[in-house]
Amino acid sequence: MENGEGVVKKFCYINRKAPYGTIYALESLEVVLIAAAFDQDISLVFADDGVYQLTKGQDTDGIGMKNFSKTYTALGDYDIKKVYVEKESLEERGLSAEDLQALKYEDEDDDWAEKDSLFVVGREDLVKIIDEQDVVLSF
Amino acid sequence: MPLEVDGKTFETDEEGYLANLNDWQPELADAMAEADGAELGENHWEVINFLRSYYEEYQIAPAVRVLTKAIGKKLGKDKGNSKYLYELFPYGPAKQACKYAGLPKPTGCV
Repeated sequence: MENGEGVVKKFCYINRKAPYGTIYALESLEVVLIAAAFDQDISLVFADDGVYQLTKGQDTDGIGMKNFSKTYTALGDYDIKKVYVEKESLEERGLSAEDLQALKYEDEDDDWAEKDSLFVVGREDLVKIIDEQDVVLSF
Repeated sequence: MPLEVDGKTFETDEEGYLANLNDWQPELADAMAEADGAELGENHWEVINFLRSYYEEYQIAPAVRVLTKAIGKKLGKDKGNSKYLYELFPYGPAKQACKYAGLPKPTGCV
């Protein structure tokens, strides 16, 4: 801490598991929402089966769990503007960006203009992004 | 401590949050406010209704910072600030208003 300013670190949350069946996805989301209150530089990564967490049209009626997929669309309200989805993971599962929910944030300084916060990136670029982080948390 | 309104009993958790989201009705909010020594006016309802629709859309109760920003956008800057919201809900706008709205305690609220 210098001059009363908090230290801002780069936090990266890596999500690699399917949304239901284990508690990892929901726990990760809760941790991210809590961490968002501390004004850190946050990015989220979705890879492997984790890409299913962001798919559209989830229906949890049959498994009796809360459908928390809508909550991802609130990430923009929490100033989380960097959500990276691994391109290869999508392709390996026969998915594309069109199968995912649109994630946006509203830029308060630009008359609340909606801007994209979801980026599909290749494996090599993702390695670089993860490499730049101060803290990496894997779920 | 269950809440009794109009002869019906509603389950709540130890902090007074409604156990079952679907049990909610406006009379419950009034009863909870009365127990806190407050009376709900139009401005309170504006925030409570906003929280209910936010929850419906995103399945979470927003953190206070998010609530403040969103209220500012929807209802105007004069309402989207902590002073205004804390005057309406002195126990903390997210916490107290969520309770009246029948929502769970906001994620990230201690």
